Amino acid sequence: MLYFSDLLQYSDVFLSGLKTTVELTVLTTILGVALGTACATIRQYGNRASQRVVSVYVELIRNTPFIVQLFFIFFGLPAIGMMLSPWEASMIALTINLGAYSTEIIRAGLASISKGQIEAAKVLGLNFRQTLTRVIFVPAFEKIYPALTSQCIIVMLGSAVISQISVQDLTYAANLVQSRNFRAFESYLVTALMYLGLSILLRFAFNALGKRLFAYRTAD
Amino acid sequence: MSLVNLHQVHKFYGDHHVLKGIDLDIKAGEVVSIIGKSGSGKSTLLRCINGLEHYQEGGITVDGKEVTTEDIQVRRLALSVGMIFQNFNLFPHMTVGENVMLAPTIVLKKSKAEAETTARAMLEKVGLAEKFDSFPEKLSGGQQQRVAIARALAMSPKVLLCDEITSALDPELVGEVLKVLEQLAKEGITLVLVTHEMNFARDVGSRVVFMHQGKVWEQGDPKTILSNPQTDELKQFMGAVL
Repeated sequence: MLYFSDLLQYSDVFLSGLKTTVELTVLTTILGVALGTACATIRQYGNRASQRVVSVYVELIRNTPFIVQLFFIFFGLPAIGMMLSPWEASMIALTINLGAYSTEIIRAGLASISKGQIEAAKVLGLNFRQTLTRVIFVPAFEKIYPALTSQCIIVMLGSAVISQISVQDLTYAANLVQSRNFRAFESYLVTALMYLGLSILLRFAFNALGKRLFAYRTAD
Repeated sequence: MSLVNLHQVHKFYGDHHVLKGIDLDIKAGEVVSIIGKSGSGKSTLLRCINGLEHYQEGGITVDGKEVTTEDIQVRRLALSVGMIFQNFNLFPHMTVGENVMLAPTIVLKKSKAEAETTARAMLEKVGLAEKFDSFPEKLSGGQQQRVAIARALAMSPKVLLCDEITSALDPELVGEVLKVLEQLAKEGITLVLVTHEMNFARDVGSRVVFMHQGKVWEQGDPKTILSNPQTDELKQFMGAVL
């Protein structure tokens, strides 16, 4: 027999976990994409030395497990005097992780912009910063928008790992509840559905933003 | 008074010697057509004039100021030299109006209202006033190229460089773009065009420059030079294009 009603008394625990996961997701999505945009710009247009630095960062993060990155930041950094709260460590780990993956995605978008577009901006007298923000970014992001959306969702789902350093997120809530009432099936099923709902919501938000940013595609 | 002056300009791509000592003097109000086979250095020459390409030897001045490829220099040059490309290069995410208004607002720091007045006037001039709110991809190639002309004109350049601007167009669309150019020529704007439109060069141009193997091979009055070429190379070229 299944007893979903046994979860009701823990609804506060679930809601507070959900809130933590949502907060971290919103924050790290914004910061991570900003970091990725900056790194992609350097990797595409920067000088040789700064390109090298970005490459090392990207490859380091993309070729190591997220949980190791998180443990290193939370358990490792105190050894060199950086004490972080679980929440801070998670925020940094998630941002750095999304930053690395989105760097490669966004760089593909930047690479798709023709040299002619940049020359046109140049001969009109735009400086490089103006060219980036006015001419390059919108069409570049349009090209890679679906891939970027998926990556943000992957990172949101991957954030479940932060419960391992006792951040009280949604997965932490599920663990807690099932350890109290032994309703593992019900507890994890409800949690899974909540993550599913979050994914759908996040995709919905990205689509709505995309419709505004790339309005020219649908205009007549 | 000379507006654009090239003195012994040499340009290399690695070992490849593309421009071999170009001397050229263009006065305000002239319409200069640069013709020649592909690979003769025509486009490179044009791109050196506004700093898009670096040159190794010699000197180029526009309106008395030296041309270099330094970023700040190129941007200052943009105020006096406009350029139109073969592939239009309109910004796809902006409306026609926004394309034309972009540089006047963020480079010349004009107010939005002032930039819009200029933009509407320039679009009127190229016959596309009613397309102000359309997006580029909804326009034909000929219309897109006319918008590109309006965009360049909105910066009130002293000289307009046209790099094969009708080459990517369907034949029936070439005429509308040339008509705009002809109008500009009548208004006295200085035009330097790399072109394959011999009729235009003859009827509208004030000078034809024939380039061959990185040199100015022959130049002069269009009617004379095109009907009575002096060098074998130009004779051969004329035979090939007509």
